Amino acid sequence: MSDKRTGAQILCEALIQNGVDTMFGLPGGAIMPFYHAMWEYRSELRHILCRHEQGAGHAAEGFARSTGRIGVCIGTSGPGTTNLVTPIADAWMDSTPMLAICGQVSSAVLGKDAFQETDITGITMPITKHNYLIKRVEDIAYAVKEAIFIATTGRPGPVLIDITKDALQASIVPDYSKKIFLPGYRPTYQGSKKQVKAALDLMLQSKKPVMMIGNGVMMANASDEVMAFAERYQIPVITTLHGLGAFPQDHPLSLGMPGMHGWVHANRAIQESDFLLNIGGRFDDRVTGKASTFAPNASIVHVDIDPSEIGKNIEVDVPIVGDAKLVLLSLLEEEPEEAKVTQFHQVAADWLVYVRELQAKHQHKQQYLNRPDTSVMMPHDVYAVLTKEMNERGNYRVVTDVGQHQMWAAQLLDWYRPRTHITSGGAGTMGFAMPAALGVAVAHPEDTVWVVCGDGGFQMTNQEMIVVVQENIKNIKIAIINNGFLGMVRQWQELFEGKRYSGTPLTSPNFQKLAEAYGWTGITVESGDQIEAAVQQAYATDGPVLIDFRVEREVNVFPMVPQNKSIGEMITE
Amino acid sequence: MKTHILVVLMQDHPGVLNRAVSMFRRRGYNIASLAVGHTETAGVSRMTVVVESDHVEQVVKQLYRLVEVLKVSDVTDDPTVEREMALVKLHVPSQQRAEIVALAEVFGAKIVDVSVTAMVIEMTGGPAKVDNFIDMVRPFGIKEMMRTGRIAMVRGARGHSGADLVDTGWQNDVAGAASAAAQ
Ligand SMILES: Cc1ncc(C[n+]2csc(CCOP(=O)(O)OP(=O)(O)O)c2C)c(N)n1
Ligand SMILES: [Mg+2]
Repeated sequence: MSDKRTGAQILCEALIQNGVDTMFGLPGGAIMPFYHAMWEYRSELRHILCRHEQGAGHAAEGFARSTGRIGVCIGTSGPGTTNLVTPIADAWMDSTPMLAICGQVSSAVLGKDAFQETDITGITMPITKHNYLIKRVEDIAYAVKEAIFIATTGRPGPVLIDITKDALQASIVPDYSKKIFLPGYRPTYQGSKKQVKAALDLMLQSKKPVMMIGNGVMMANASDEVMAFAERYQIPVITTLHGLGAFPQDHPLSLGMPGMHGWVHANRAIQESDFLLNIGGRFDDRVTGKASTFAPNASIVHVDIDPSEIGKNIEVDVPIVGDAKLVLLSLLEEEPEEAKVTQFHQVAADWLVYVRELQAKHQHKQQYLNRPDTSVMMPHDVYAVLTKEMNERGNYRVVTDVGQHQMWAAQLLDWYRPRTHITSGGAGTMGFAMPAALGVAVAHPEDTVWVVCGDGGFQMTNQEMIVVVQENIKNIKIAIINNGFLGMVRQWQELFEGKRYSGTPLTSPNFQKLAEAYGWTGITVESGDQIEAAVQQAYATDGPVLIDFRVEREVNVFPMVPQNKSIGEMITE
Repeated sequence: MKTHILVVLMQDHPGVLNRAVSMFRRRGYNIASLAVGHTETAGVSRMTVVVESDHVEQVVKQLYRLVEVLKVSDVTDDPTVEREMALVKLHVPSQQRAEIVALAEVFGAKIVDVSVTAMVIEMTGGPAKVDNFIDMVRPFGIKEMMRTGRIAMVRGARGHSGADLVDTGWQNDVAGAASAAAQ
């Protein structure tokens, strides 16, 4: 008798056994048995109460992306789970290992439109890697094990478990020993030797090689292997938005970011290359521009753990299905003739000189300021100070939201370490940054976590600021790039729609006072000469700080590739 | 667009058909015909789907992304036995009965119900033959008709059994996969 556990207790124990120690959620009727049980396990299973389930979901994402571990979020049936839909979709688009645990009405009333019943497994079917509706207590322990296995292996992604209230309440003697049995799920980790050899042969014949690294490198923790490979063959490295930090940007071989708001020289290098090795990037349209015009002269090798990504957007010459790290290790094991390699180094060096010349011509960070006059505070001035102060102190992670400030952060801040740049890329979810930073800060108490956010997106989820106070988290600083507009949309309106500013001018509350109301330190910065003091004060303050940077309102992000144009055609002012 | 016949073996779990069909819908793949049922192996169901696509490799890969999908085969260019069934209710005055019976015989169709003014005919065969039969009886006046989706099986000894796919002795190499992922 004494060995019996309720479904809710089994859920707690299964989570702990599968490596979970932190969860973000908000309770309600159907999920209450889980919260009841959680109390006994609270020393091993930390629950962080968010103010909105969307916040809980993004916090779980921030936790997961900054650590590589599973991020867990919890919502109760009905609205509690529909509020999780946005972060689940975000995790799906950016391949983030996430477990969403949802309460469901009792099995006896399931399907009868009971109070707070929502078909969350139906709703999330297209945006989860897998999902479960659990109606029997006997199935809970195994479902947790399998769900976390699926979410964290192969190409990671969100998995949802919906558990009926009666299953959480019923008691049995649990059995945690059932082995995972998934005959249809066998991710390929090792790349084919033959393909690896073919890729290398192709590369050594090329004269203008580039390597492009994406989220897959981050998730496979393959930064060291990227470095070893790039240095062994002296190939320039381009980092996508989600690859930022996977290769240090001050490395002599680093070219920076490609795509819609990437650097001219990085895009030109792709367009002129005759060999492109894409590791763990999915050729998103924000990277490729008009796909039919992308890298027209290049032989393309695509390494991805998900076979369905290969050939989806861009035709490739050598597909390699496998884990980025293991494929890079295989590439490094190959021993081509030294004479060939030496010759290749020479050619690659000439090519790099050419690309650097392009860079000198096009990448003047200041050139993109279109500064009306020097007395106004440009967003770029804020980034310049942030870069300096962050570099002086080290140990920073930056979480960005979605919009102009996000692209400026990608362009203007320095990215040296993996998992230090965290953003919503694939889904572009405004409201991501503040709650995601909560997850990052919890996972990395030793680092300073900067939120770089727009005045628009910040207002979507700023309620999570109070969670930071309740949990006594001190290592979060927020920089609002406050331009009084839904800036990125305004930029498109300015450039392509004759400045018809429909629905983009934005009134905001006094963010400093808002911060103070939440028990944070709030600072308002209205001119360029106050930036440095504000950032230094933020660092000197032992607690969360928000800085409202009232920047010049109508500034554009350049360079830019207009929608559906070739990345060879960038506008720079 | 090219028509492809895919044979899909999947774990027989609740919702698995929903997952597959939902994937087709959201990715804009056009299903011309679909048939699902049990197989010789317990726990495995088999779907025959006729899909119109110029990018069938993508359809196959997307199907494989579903955790419960065990095997997908494009049998379009293989020698196959393909079958559909149609039930056709015809308006048949007594003076035309003999003519219809003769026609049914030519096609190997079965007359499964007869009443004073109507007949129900069961026609089974390859899709072209079923089409042909329907064209032939249309002039008599079709009152009601329904057709099943197509099912297909490759000829010869080679095949698509689910048995080797759900070998119960097999288990995921949890430790191996996790360590590869964590590396
Ligand atoms: C939830 C959501 N709604 C709408 C959009 C469309 N959108 C993309 S960028 C943007 C503007 C964001 O404004 P703000 O947060 O102030 O950032 P800024 O561009 O001004 O830096 C909008 C509305 C989105 N990405 N996400
Ligand atoms: Mg703004």
